[in-house]
Amino acid sequence: MAYDKDLLSAIAVTRLGLGAKGGEIAQTAADPQGWLMAQIRPQGADLFRADMPPAAERFRQYREIQLARREAKAGDAAATPSGVPDSVQQIRRLIRQDAGADILSRLQLAASTDAAFRERWALFWANHFTVSGVKAVTANLIGPFEQEAIRPRVFGRFEDLLVASSSHPAMLLYLDQAQSVGPNSPAAFRANRNGRRLGLNENLAREIMELHTVGVEAGYTQADVTEFARAMTGWGVGGVREGEGEAGRTIFRDAAHEPGSRTIMGRRYGEGGYEQSRAVMRDLAASPYTARHLATKIARHFVADDPPPGLTARLTQAYLDSRGDLSVVARSLITAPETWAPQAQKFKTPYEFMVSSWRAAGTSPEDIARIAPVMASMGQRAFAAPSPKGWPDDTASWAAPDGIVKRMAWSESFATQAAGERDPVVLAQNALGARLSPLAVKTIARAETRAEGLSILLMSPEFQRR
Amino acid sequence: MTEFTLSRRQMFARSLALGITLEFAGTQVFADPLAAKRKLVVIICRGGQDGLSVSPPVGDGAYAGLRGPIAIPGFGQAGGALKLDETFGLHPALSASYALAQKGEARIAPAIATPDRERSHFEAQDVLENGGTVAYGATSGWLNRALGVMGPRSGVKAISVAATAPLILRGPVETASWSPGGGAEPDHRLPGILQDLYAHDPVLGPALATGLATQGMAKAASAMVNSEMVAETPAADMMNPAATPAGAPRQGTAEARKLGLTLAAFMTAPDGKQVAAVSVENFDTHANQGSSQGQLATRLAYLDAFIDGLHTGLGPAWADTVVVTATEFGRTARVNGTRGTDHGTASTALVLGGALRRGGIIGDWPTLKTASLFENRDTAPTLDMRGLFKGVLRDHLGVDRAALDTVVFPGSATIAPVANITA
Repeated sequence: MAYDKDLLSAIAVTRLGLGAKGGEIAQTAADPQGWLMAQIRPQGADLFRADMPPAAERFRQYREIQLARREAKAGDAAATPSGVPDSVQQIRRLIRQDAGADILSRLQLAASTDAAFRERWALFWANHFTVSGVKAVTANLIGPFEQEAIRPRVFGRFEDLLVASSSHPAMLLYLDQAQSVGPNSPAAFRANRNGRRLGLNENLAREIMELHTVGVEAGYTQADVTEFARAMTGWGVGGVREGEGEAGRTIFRDAAHEPGSRTIMGRRYGEGGYEQSRAVMRDLAASPYTARHLATKIARHFVADDPPPGLTARLTQAYLDSRGDLSVVARSLITAPETWAPQAQKFKTPYEFMVSSWRAAGTSPEDIARIAPVMASMGQRAFAAPSPKGWPDDTASWAAPDGIVKRMAWSESFATQAAGERDPVVLAQNALGARLSPLAVKTIARAETRAEGLSILLMSPEFQRR
Repeated sequence: MTEFTLSRRQMFARSLALGITLEFAGTQVFADPLAAKRKLVVIICRGGQDGLSVSPPVGDGAYAGLRGPIAIPGFGQAGGALKLDETFGLHPALSASYALAQKGEARIAPAIATPDRERSHFEAQDVLENGGTVAYGATSGWLNRALGVMGPRSGVKAISVAATAPLILRGPVETASWSPGGGAEPDHRLPGILQDLYAHDPVLGPALATGLATQGMAKAASAMVNSEMVAETPAADMMNPAATPAGAPRQGTAEARKLGLTLAAFMTAPDGKQVAAVSVENFDTHANQGSSQGQLATRLAYLDAFIDGLHTGLGPAWADTVVVTATEFGRTARVNGTRGTDHGTASTALVLGGALRRGGIIGDWPTLKTASLFENRDTAPTLDMRGLFKGVLRDHLGVDRAALDTVVFPGSATIAPVANITA
């Protein structure tokens, strides 16, 4: 690495971390790579909320709403002016508070953590395995999903992460796996006798192949997707039938599993209940297509929309050589020369922009009711990605005219509260280090007020990028 | 207020409100003076919209059997399809569109598809928007390239309610975007300072300039729409939408209608936009999609309210307008095991507008007989979506055929523009 040390520490903290807190670039300057390496740890990423109830409890809460609603329908639906009974409104409020508290905790962790590379790495994987709160049943499960399935495993084996994600109640509900039943399973026959039709839902199987593992480049067919969907039948979420102890937990219903062997991408999987889909996931995780798909996404996220082929190749190799050990992949990213290209090519998402603003100003978000609408206005509603593909990771998506105007409006109001008595030029030097341009310094120095100076910093081309 | 939504209906309404994107482009870009007033709106319905519910072929003998519990009931039954001809109806939630159809101002293309056959949302949306035959084959959208060949760009602006830019309008011709909510204060210094700071920034410079220019226009449009909405909406509804009695418009439709009115205000302003692209999301109905009522019906009611607002807002300009709805793929002909449908192939495009020529269905109907289904699974495509778009661009906006074949939809010479859509 031939670049100067000050630039390297600025890159480490802003490109691979979440933006500099006061003094962070200076503290990192001695050993930028060492600072990043030290954040990799077997126990995974930090949990943002230690007191978060498990997914099962959140699910039971949601079910209470459904029950209360059903009762309300049967009884006096017009109990309140809005037609929604108080009991339902109360639980709704509770769920909204829960999800809001989860998001706020996650933002606060990002705004304050000393291990910001670890946090960015966790956010990347959470987006890779997107569960979105746009479905009512998952609205309060995103936090538990991330803490239970994703965060503990982001520096472990990808296969374990894949299995944990694919079998978590939140994912099973989000991508409809919980309702999928083998058409020739005992459960389907029983239902048919009672005049109900149960059968396959291929949503999760398809997205595991397309988004989470091998990707469309692998050239699988519709038949492969259907076969995988058959292999996946049985995975479900405990409900009334399983009893209170199992409610909201992942279960495997043998009676709903499609009997027989399956052939997926040319490979045969013998009958074996839960082990069958487990074996498919093992092979998907080991596929070179998965290695390449993940390497490309990581390189795109950390370095450039159009990732350098050398970096993608390096990360692919690290994945294959280590049999999918994500700590090895992370180390490979840190040591790759392409990672340290002087030019900042990534345009921040609204989430990254706000987090780096809090870090630069040395503040932390306090009121989710005020922040959530701002995030939505910039196009990134918290915990509510538009599809299982997650949030886009490219400049063309985020640098739309309206998005820039919204960022400017927030910068102005944020700076008014956050600037305080500090010199905005000093804040800029702390935030960007060697990446700060003379033009930006001059513009900030000419500001009429400290708040104006801070908002110029936040909107400067170098702060908007990483 | 926080952003977490709870009831399914509220959830849909809100996510949809967020998910609608309006993109505008093109002011005086038309070489042909006759085309100068003509307007085109493309509505992309994302998630794979179920054509067999949008325009249920209730007269097709196989329909009810394939669909089981999610079939739309036949003509004249409770919650039944709104009759277009002996075979097809419209979903009962599409009541405003149906009123237009009865005037000859709405038609359906019931078996239309992009060239993509992979059944992946993301690939298929990419092909739908890039105008090619393979996903990720181009970084610009066909509507942007169409503007490019129509003439030199002048004062092109855009608006996006979701603040992100859809591929269909990305490209060399600059487009604008807008969404409701806090914008720049015009008397503040910051916008001017940033414009100087962005002078040499190829991304931020143009984006901010366009964003600011659109703001002024948006303010005028919103003010106009708000005064209209107050005039025509009973006060009780404005105060408490949840109090709307049963049978009245579904929650969220008021917002959708307002968006339609706002778009219309943008398009009818003195230097208004002639071309717009809109996204409506969440049509991916894998489970419990419902029939006359339910999940999909709520989405369709939303779409219908948007079209209704657009129609109302355009007023006399509706006569010069064509609206096309398109989705990345249809859904399986058979109901799946979870009372929903999985990714399929052909779907329905709605074509609406006062500029339409009266007529029957656009393209052929392959029927739903088992032998006719594509891969024994989906409605078989009989019409390439590019043919419909090419027909509209040629006959309505006067885009040259050669440019359509090579630039707008590269390598599509064998795909003929659909004729006789517009009067």
